[in-house]
Amino acid sequence: MNIITDNSELFLTGFKNTGILFIISGFFALILGTIVAGMRVSPAPAMRAAGTFYVNAVRNTPLTLILAFFALGYPRLGLPSVSFMNAAIVGLSLYTATYVCEAIRSGINTVSVGQSEAARAIGLPFMKTLSLVVLPQAFRSVVPPLFSVFIALLKNTTVAAGFSVLEAGAIRAYLSERGEPMLPGLLWVALIFVVVVLGIMTPLQRYLEKKWRVAR
Amino acid sequence: MTNSAHATALVELKAVNKHYGPLHVLNDINLRVAKGEVLVVIGPSGSGKSTLCRAINRLETIDTGSVTIEGKELPKEGRELANLRADVGMVFQSFNLFAHKTILENVTLGPIKVKGMSKSDAEKLALSLLDRVGIAHQSAKLPAQLSGGQQQRVAIARALAMKPKVMLFDEPTSALDPEMINEVLDVMVELAKEGMTMVVVTHEMGFARKAADRVIFMADGQIVEEATPTAFFTNPQTARAKDFLSKILTN
Repeated sequence: MNIITDNSELFLTGFKNTGILFIISGFFALILGTIVAGMRVSPAPAMRAAGTFYVNAVRNTPLTLILAFFALGYPRLGLPSVSFMNAAIVGLSLYTATYVCEAIRSGINTVSVGQSEAARAIGLPFMKTLSLVVLPQAFRSVVPPLFSVFIALLKNTTVAAGFSVLEAGAIRAYLSERGEPMLPGLLWVALIFVVVVLGIMTPLQRYLEKKWRVAR
Repeated sequence: MTNSAHATALVELKAVNKHYGPLHVLNDINLRVAKGEVLVVIGPSGSGKSTLCRAINRLETIDTGSVTIEGKELPKEGRELANLRADVGMVFQSFNLFAHKTILENVTLGPIKVKGMSKSDAEKLALSLLDRVGIAHQSAKLPAQLSGGQQQRVAIARALAMKPKVMLFDEPTSALDPEMINEVLDVMVELAKEGMTMVVVTHEMGFARKAADRVIFMADGQIVEEATPTAFFTNPQTARAKDFLSKILTN
């Protein structure tokens, strides 16, 4: 317990930054992932191809490489510089969006074709068919896989520690520098992650599943 | 063809062909539906009658030929196609009510999102249509809470809310329990009496006799026979039609 009380500012900053990374990246990943899922079911072949290319290219690249690109490669391109924090947000968003996209696409496939046919038959164009009829139903069936994606994102934020972002994954390194024993520090970080997931993510998932239960 | 078909065609199909792989599902279809006409399409399963119905609002694409509505050729895709579909009501075999929306929302969605109608006007319109099909008191329920017959009547109200020029019915009673078929057919007969142009794929002889101006019989992707309901049911000309009628009438 002393480790936490003696280093409370370290734990607080670490987990605060983890929270920021998680919430902002999660927000952008959800938006981008939904857009890409829409592209992948679009009637326009060029949109489908672009969506598929993006998912295949980014999903099949290790997250470490993506973050390394934004932290180390991007600054050499001579473009406006961004902080490590913002670079990590961009990398995590782009990476997680591919998983969000595939989860949502599997949800879209659970919505019967008749639903979109009925929407088209009353004159709704593709975008409105998707946003008013298909996606609201698709989201209901993807709450569990989507939460797995976001829990993975929460833990993936620790990779950003390797690129100079002071978040939860970096706490151990700082503790070592201060001469604290390594194992208890690691265990505390792990414990806090478990508490966050069990205390916040799981109840939120249960709430949404209940609220959006599909009446069939 | 009957006389009514020679009047201005509201729907016209010219030399329409469609293949599913080796299957020639629509084989050189020529068809005119006049304004106010009620056309019943009959035929064994796999004869292409549903495909024909769905081709009229391009839920099914065609290989060659043309489909025109009021003289305008069906646009290939995009917003123009969506606009044209708004003028063609469609009722499906499996109802296809929007499962996540209430009965009222099912009916108001099109008027609000496609026609830009205000919410209050759309709800007024929807309630009067739901009243007409006898479901107004259930407007706050979800589709899954209604029986099949009730859902199909809502589906008809949803299509009517767009004030369509023509209504397509793709086997509207085939998924219903027998005791619910009539409540749907009654609504359809009413519509026919009011002068709605209708293309109805159905096996309901009662409806054909009561409401149809013309019957076409399809087999193997072709229109094999075309007659008034009385002539068709009492005196079919082709062996295919005689065979088909003997099978369904003995049931």
